[in-house]
Amino acid sequence: MNPLLAQLTAAETDGWWAGFQAFFVAPENAWAVSLLLVLIVGKTIPGMVSLLVWVERRGAALLQDRLGPNRVGPFGILQSIADLVKFIFKEDVLPGHVNKPIFLLAPALAVIPPLVVLSFIPWGANVAIADVDTGILACFAFSSLHVYSVSLGGWASNSKYPLLGGVRAAAQMISYEIALGLSALSVFVIAGTLRLHDVVMFQTDGLTIAGTTYDALWARILDWNLFKQPLGAIIFLIAGFAETNRHPFDMPEAESELAAGYHTEFSSMKFALFFLGEYAAMIVMSSLFIVMYLGGWTFFGVENLLTDWVAEYGAANPGWINWPLIVEAHLHVGIFLGKLAFLLWFFIWVRWSLPRFRYDQLMSIGWKRLLPASLLWFALTAVGVALVR
Amino acid sequence: MQQDFLTILMFMLFGAAFVVLNMVAIGRLLRSKTKYTAQKSATYECGEPTFGGAFIRFDIRFYVICLVFVIFDVEVLFLFPWAVVLKPLGWLAFIEAFVFVAVLAVGLAYVWRKGDVDWIPLHGHQAPGARLSEMDAVAAPSSAVTAPSSNPAPVTAAADG
Repeated sequence: MNPLLAQLTAAETDGWWAGFQAFFVAPENAWAVSLLLVLIVGKTIPGMVSLLVWVERRGAALLQDRLGPNRVGPFGILQSIADLVKFIFKEDVLPGHVNKPIFLLAPALAVIPPLVVLSFIPWGANVAIADVDTGILACFAFSSLHVYSVSLGGWASNSKYPLLGGVRAAAQMISYEIALGLSALSVFVIAGTLRLHDVVMFQTDGLTIAGTTYDALWARILDWNLFKQPLGAIIFLIAGFAETNRHPFDMPEAESELAAGYHTEFSSMKFALFFLGEYAAMIVMSSLFIVMYLGGWTFFGVENLLTDWVAEYGAANPGWINWPLIVEAHLHVGIFLGKLAFLLWFFIWVRWSLPRFRYDQLMSIGWKRLLPASLLWFALTAVGVALVR
Repeated sequence: MQQDFLTILMFMLFGAAFVVLNMVAIGRLLRSKTKYTAQKSATYECGEPTFGGAFIRFDIRFYVICLVFVIFDVEVLFLFPWAVVLKPLGWLAFIEAFVFVAVLAVGLAYVWRKGDVDWIPLHGHQAPGARLSEMDAVAAPSSAVTAPSSNPAPVTAAADG
């Protein structure tokens, strides 16, 4: 069991808290522990997405020298809530010409996979919801389901713009998925594990050059996979932009060519779910990049500041809940969210700085540039690992 | 470990419940009933009257790419467990994977040469065709003088093939 959770449930106390513990410790109530975790995290995602949408709109306005939404709440921060209310009350049209079962399935497929992938992300040393040994494989398995929502949604609409958007999305997402997988693979070759928690730890154990392990600040910085895998990181980032259909790869919903692309025919909450899924996929891709290349919840030793306090408190108060452990978890999540905020801002920044690619350019970048580059980088990494071990 | 997979299952159920709640339940209770008219349930095409449906035979261009994708994706899948054992096994594991990847790289080179990753393939069903870069080269000078003819000058595939 997760140490943090074990700490909360295993410490012996009297009174009302003991009743809770007895319930959660019992093996037959494992589902309740899972449900608790899921409710806590699952509720934060829509909140994060609505904040991100506001940041994107205000950021776009900032970069284009205009104001953006600034009426609802301070600085317009409640704009997304107002939009949500509008989405709920909007007329939910189910056009007569669509393939109904698939048309209704597509928004669900857009939301569920990114939500599930977020459960694999280690937000802190003890704050992974599901700490699985094959974490990254499961991540890729679920996140590649996202293509179904776009291509099926486009096809089921039985309309020409969505069809084109769906076909484009399918070809684009499978083209960049291989480059994404190969560049990620290089990280796991040097780390020698598929568990995301261990990949983060691999980036904090000090830099080893020719048998000597350095622990100075420069070594801690260079220990990030971003510096050990520079080309892999760049390929992963580019492919991540393409996988999430973000600028400059947003061909599936290029407004000037395809109306609204694959979700032209979707209205009301169905459209909102596509929207939510797209931004959740962005959060997922950024989180994976942070875990694999930017040291996860660590920040050059800041994450270890509370370790002594936790140990002392644990030794001084045996049998009592170790509250400093929870404070430390907040520190880790805070560091992670800081990096996440930077990376998400980078997504927005790129969107309003670069023009869109032409579609044939996009395909040739994927197959003729990124794929050979990632294959080459993967081969170089493998040779290096086999040489050094 | 079992606990973790149980949590993932819970998360999927949570996602499904989230979708059903938002897409079906909340809105249906709050919003007024949709009154369908012929216009409202028609296809959206920027105001133009719709011409036919979209369940038609459609050239998806990148059919071969889908096949190549499946092969490469399975390759990546096989290499993930291999990545874990490369350090303990060393050169033996390296050579095994090298042969495996090399065969697929030859396949990629073949598809590339054959033109299946191009928007307009050199060979096959798109003849007479020219690669877009060549079309640009042909179209650019003529557009400055007169309007280009409806067919850009076909560049024969044999010259490159």
